[in-house]
Amino acid sequence: MANTAEFRTCPDTGLLFHKPAETLMKLNAVVGIVYLLFGGVIGLLMVLTRWPAVHLLQADTFYMLLTAHGLGVLIFWIIFFEIAVLYFASSTLLRSRLAAPRWAWLGFALMVIGSVTTEVAILQGRSSVMMTSYVPMSAEPHFYLGLILFAVGALIGCFVFLGTLVIARAERTYGEGSIPLVTFGALTACIIAIFTIASGAIILIPTFLWKIGYINYIDPLMYRIIWWGMGHSSQQINVSAHIAVWYAIAGVVFGAKPLSEKVSRAAFLLYILFLQLASAHHLLADPGISSEWKIFNTSYAMYLAVLASMIHGLTVPGAVEAAQRKRGFNKGLFEWLRKAPWGNPTFAGMFLSLIIFGFLGGITGVMMGTEQLNLIIHNTLYVPGHFHATVVGGTTLAFMALTYWLVPVLFRRDVILPGLAKWQPYLFGFGMIGFTLFMMGAGTLGVPRRHWDISFANALFQYQYPEVAYLMLGLMSISGILAIAGGGLFVLQIVASVLFGRRRGEVKSPVPIIAEPVAAGTHGIGIGGISVPGTLVLALVFLVTFILYYFVNWKYLSQVWGLG
Amino acid sequence: MSSLQPPAERIWWKEPIEGVELFWVAIALVWAIVMFIMMPYWHVYGKQNLSNEAYRTTPEQYGKKVQAMVEQYTVRKETAQEIPVVHPPAGADVYLLARLWQWYPILELEQGKTYRLHLSSMDWQHGFSLQPENINMQVIPGYEMVLKITPNKPGDNTIVCNEYCGIGHHTMTGKIYIK
Ligand code: HEM
Ligand SMILES: [Cu+2]
Ligand SMILES: [Cu+2]
Repeated sequence: MANTAEFRTCPDTGLLFHKPAETLMKLNAVVGIVYLLFGGVIGLLMVLTRWPAVHLLQADTFYMLLTAHGLGVLIFWIIFFEIAVLYFASSTLLRSRLAAPRWAWLGFALMVIGSVTTEVAILQGRSSVMMTSYVPMSAEPHFYLGLILFAVGALIGCFVFLGTLVIARAERTYGEGSIPLVTFGALTACIIAIFTIASGAIILIPTFLWKIGYINYIDPLMYRIIWWGMGHSSQQINVSAHIAVWYAIAGVVFGAKPLSEKVSRAAFLLYILFLQLASAHHLLADPGISSEWKIFNTSYAMYLAVLASMIHGLTVPGAVEAAQRKRGFNKGLFEWLRKAPWGNPTFAGMFLSLIIFGFLGGITGVMMGTEQLNLIIHNTLYVPGHFHATVVGGTTLAFMALTYWLVPVLFRRDVILPGLAKWQPYLFGFGMIGFTLFMMGAGTLGVPRRHWDISFANALFQYQYPEVAYLMLGLMSISGILAIAGGGLFVLQIVASVLFGRRRGEVKSPVPIIAEPVAAGTHGIGIGGISVPGTLVLALVFLVTFILYYFVNWKYLSQVWGLG
Repeated sequence: MSSLQPPAERIWWKEPIEGVELFWVAIALVWAIVMFIMMPYWHVYGKQNLSNEAYRTTPEQYGKKVQAMVEQYTVRKETAQEIPVVHPPAGADVYLLARLWQWYPILELEQGKTYRLHLSSMDWQHGFSLQPENINMQVIPGYEMVLKITPNKPGDNTIVCNEYCGIGHHTMTGKIYIK
């Protein structure tokens, strides 16, 4: 091991922090949270605009801020936080020094400079092209340049993570065996990230050159195919990362161990093998791409990734259930769940994230990703409804949950107003549930996404959406405001805790903040030979919901015009 | 050992799998296969599929085809801007054009008849979103999509644009009347 003065052992958790890694984790997480705040404030202005009764912003401001929101939260908030997770899962969990801290700093600097450049370009008002920046519509050159710099920075972060794994193995910092499951999940995210960033470079660099005049044509369909190679895979980074976080939280709160390492790891492997071409489901309503290609890529590629998510959907709560049962909550189907620490925001956030991601995000995503069903939802509000369930209710909430635990560990401060922290995941989670459900409801009625005025006041032809659509939009906005209140509470609490929370000092606190690992094996728990019956019941409820919802949509499809 | 630590068994890939897990993996796999089969099944037995017919084109070429159709089949003009309403015969090739910020021309079709609808954009990407039917497709410049459509109910349908196409995006509407 390198210079021991560069390390700190956390008295509460026993985790070993390499100081340069720790500083970078803090910085990445903090910058991420700043972007979350930025995007959240914009989110508020946008819901107040998409609420027809309020219709707050002017059209140009709305489209500009929509672009700023999409990139600010989907890309910048999430990826800064993910870099922090990568450093934690490598340096900290493997008890190793971080590879090349100087490079890590450079990566961080590029990410900051790049993201600020792009956001400035957007806020200057001449790059309101949405995060997708579909050609031939174009933004200012520094819009693309910022994204490219950001991507290079993130790529450096990925290589620092990989380098750290290599060092940890060479220096035997974690013994002889394999890396922990959480690190394995992070590795999955990292590998996908490299693919993602490569796709991003392949499309954004030529687009930048096109904008400044070195290339004269970019095929818009090819742009879409490659752009989504980035846009979709980056969502799979989020999924891998937040599932790693779920496993981490199960470990931290319950000392849970995976039901079997093999299954959980194989599921991560499926993500790496099968998601790349799943981006096809963004192109289902496009001309010039064959049905065979669409079906092959959505089924072979996507369904095996879906299979992986369904596996984690069982193994994560299964690990929690097994741990709880071993701790004595072994009665009936659900004692383990009833007696879970619902007042601990780390657990509550994680569990809500699991439910929202699976039931709302997962099912709807698969439905939309079906070649023909896509016809009845493509580019409607249903789409943002779906992905706010995955990336906000799922990823963001999981990251928030982890942050509540990181504040005492990383910053050695207590979370202020713990009574309020208890409520935060519920406010945010239930707000998001309402927001996404009503958004999807409006989408089902045909309300378009990225649209400033569904009353078509200045249009040549008018169209009156049904009254229910207006009701849905109103309810969507109210729930969105609740979610924003929850998000605001989170940011306030974390910032205030980091600055003013009671210092914990370098002594072990009487209240443990990490659970002792439970014993291995599942003998003696469960009902009738089934070790995790409660989880199995939940999984079956999920499956039935999935099947019903899937076929209801075929029914809807069968009623529209004949197309062929 | 929890999920934060290396696996307890060094040779973890030889550990037995939990029965629940195996059971669930099997069910999930079956469900994935069912979902896969639904797509080819619908191509054969279903009535709503995207066609695979598309051609490369240019705004000039496509614009000419639209103009030719308008000259042949216009039955009247509507709105202050005198937008032609075309009423082509059943089975005809019908051309619809998307441009900033208009769908052109107005189509008048008959219920139960089948037409070959062509779609392309003269400039940026647009989104064909037919309301209240709620049929949605991407319209991309340089590509001409051809799709057989069979309207199954009479009425007045509006085409909304649901791909962001600049500041006039929310004013981009068009009409398809079904008689
Ligand atoms: C409570 C907080 C949030 C609210 C109320 C909110 C609200 C909205 C609204 C109203 C839209 C516009 C939908 C449309 O007109 O098409 C939108 C778009 C979007 N939001 Fe959020 N949002 C929130 C948080 C987030 C977070 C945390 C993320 C990512 C992690 C996110 C990612 C996106 C993306 C990617 C878009 C699409 C942008 C586009 O169409 O280009 N949102 N959001
Ligand atoms: Cu348009
Ligand atoms: Cu548009």
